[in-house]
Amino acid sequence: MSIILDLVRILIFPGLLFTVVFSLFLEWLDRKLYARMQNRVGPPFRQPLWDLVKLISKEDIIPENANQFMYTVLPVLTVTSAVAAMIYVPIWNRESVYPFWGDLLVIVFLLTIPTMVLFLAGWFSANPFGVVGSFRTAIQFLSYEVPLLLAVLTPAVLAGSWSIRDIVLFQQEHPWAVAAQLAALAVALLALQGKLERVPFDAPEAETEIVAGPITEYTGPRLALFRLSTDIQLAVGVALLSNIFLAGAIGPWYLALLLFLAKCVVLVAIIAAIRAMMARLRIHQITSFYWKYLVPIAMAQMVIIVLIKGGVGV
Amino acid sequence: MMAKYTLPVGPQHPALKEPESFWFKVEGEVIVDVDIRLGYNHRGIEKACESRNYIQCLYLIERICGICSHSHTTAFAQCVEEIAGLEIPARAKYIRVIVGELERLHSHLLWLGVAGHEIGFDTLFMYSWRDREAVLDLLELITGNRVNYAINTIGGVRRDIDGPKREQILSQLDLLADRAKFYADLVTTDSTCLARLENVAKFSAEQARAFGTVGPTARASGIDLDVRRDDPYAAYGEMPFKVIISDRGDLLGRAIVRLEEIGESIKILKYALQNLPDGPLTVKAPRKVPAGEAVSRYEAPRGEDIHYVRADGSDHPERVKVRAPTMANIYAIGESMKGSYVADIPIIIASIDPCFSCTDRMIKIVRQESGEARTMTWEELRQYGIRWYQQ
Repeated sequence: MSIILDLVRILIFPGLLFTVVFSLFLEWLDRKLYARMQNRVGPPFRQPLWDLVKLISKEDIIPENANQFMYTVLPVLTVTSAVAAMIYVPIWNRESVYPFWGDLLVIVFLLTIPTMVLFLAGWFSANPFGVVGSFRTAIQFLSYEVPLLLAVLTPAVLAGSWSIRDIVLFQQEHPWAVAAQLAALAVALLALQGKLERVPFDAPEAETEIVAGPITEYTGPRLALFRLSTDIQLAVGVALLSNIFLAGAIGPWYLALLLFLAKCVVLVAIIAAIRAMMARLRIHQITSFYWKYLVPIAMAQMVIIVLIKGGVGV
Repeated sequence: MMAKYTLPVGPQHPALKEPESFWFKVEGEVIVDVDIRLGYNHRGIEKACESRNYIQCLYLIERICGICSHSHTTAFAQCVEEIAGLEIPARAKYIRVIVGELERLHSHLLWLGVAGHEIGFDTLFMYSWRDREAVLDLLELITGNRVNYAINTIGGVRRDIDGPKREQILSQLDLLADRAKFYADLVTTDSTCLARLENVAKFSAEQARAFGTVGPTARASGIDLDVRRDDPYAAYGEMPFKVIISDRGDLLGRAIVRLEEIGESIKILKYALQNLPDGPLTVKAPRKVPAGEAVSRYEAPRGEDIHYVRADGSDHPERVKVRAPTMANIYAIGESMKGSYVADIPIIIASIDPCFSCTDRMIKIVRQESGEARTMTWEELRQYGIRWYQQ
């Protein structure tokens, strides 16, 4: 019985099927809001799905000079690691289906794999734009990863635990905790924007400069997997932040699910607005932005949290 | 330090709206050298003009450029009128000015959108192109067409601007002036825009002069140059406007010059519409133009456009020569790119508002060893193509 239950959890809910549907919904939301902010109509609700189906049904091409093995493995790896991360995120409950004491760290670790994959994808696809994109991906990784980790560390330090369940529980018992770490949420959202390579931090795949960066050579089903992976990373990102910064879900499962969705929608709206309001930065400007501004803010937030923790004595 | 490598931008690349080839020697993210290769989009329009009569030429010339179509036809018509000794009526001169300035508005708004897209600011792109629609609607109202207006003819213009049309145009101009001011504020205050535009691809007035730049590109480097004022054509001698100059010399300067020129264009439009003289639209032009030659200069939105026509007394020109503004500007960007970042390639190319197909020249391939060049006939070219695809 438990194997069947595990399979259902991994393949259907909250695993592969739910994750894909949820992430396509968030992609639609992001594109629609972005379009409305630009005074455009935006895509219909099912557009992300049709885009995916169209790409999957296209011809599968591998460049002659590309590394055949890596070219095949990487797209699959990026999707699997992103879906695996989603399984550890609580959705309709205070805890995920497989909660354990360090699930927060595991999610952050699983989310770094797609970035590494992107670097390798550009490197092994034998294309000058891919190589430039790979270098930029790596540089950007070194830029956003530290502020992201520092920001994610903040609620963990406040709650005194690496477990998402404990963090959510702590925030539901002490609602002021949400207000105390808003600066860390802002840092985390900006770092997530960099992780997902969205404007203004989209230098690694800057269309007008280096075509599509690391995934320039990818077409058809393989490109579909890369795009799906980006959507899932977005879903994991906002779902994680809504849990560890916004007190997660509470109440009966249907209310909790609605609350969870509402929080995700708000977070997506914020990062869509950031995307609409800015121009793309150069890669060295991105690095200096993260290290000059976000890292000090995240550290100051950490100091404040430690002081609060000492003062309140929780 | 990373090794040098070559980054090909073009002939097919998302940053380029037309095929043109730039080969960048790059060290890490820094550009060391650039090789510009023109000639991918040569259409042989100058040669084709020689086998058409003057009126047919006008429609062909109109299609040199999709953006400055009015600039090219006016420059060409001015040449022919000068050879034939025609003086066009005052009302026609004013209408040429009105369409020319509306064209400048739409060209500058289009440029703003393209520039926004090149620096990844797609919202600016969408907004400015939405506002550009208002200008295109006005152009359609006057001429019946959105892009190739076909309003010029030898000896005047083909359509009139009557009272109601005049009111409709005037009512839109204030809105456009507001939008232009909004964009000027946005570009000069938004921190991400400034981060991308300030002190990039700078060239001094001396450099700009040495490379022979024209139009907004030259004016952004502090060169006081505008054919509308220096060598007035049509009715520009009577128009009140000031030439916008910036001494910044960088991308921001070029953006500021273009955005402020929108305000000046609106001033010209208001004056021309309110003081539109009465009278006929055309004078009768002869079908056969007497032998002679003429050069005409026109301040197109992108800079000075030069046309040369030589007539031999028949109904078609003996020689037509076009120097589009991009030809004058393109080598300056090549030089200013050295030392810039890869990230700046698209916006630096876009900063001169290039129009490659207007500029393209026929290229001649000469063998380095023997110095031999060869011409292929149409039949040879066809056989070559068949052989190439059979391989």
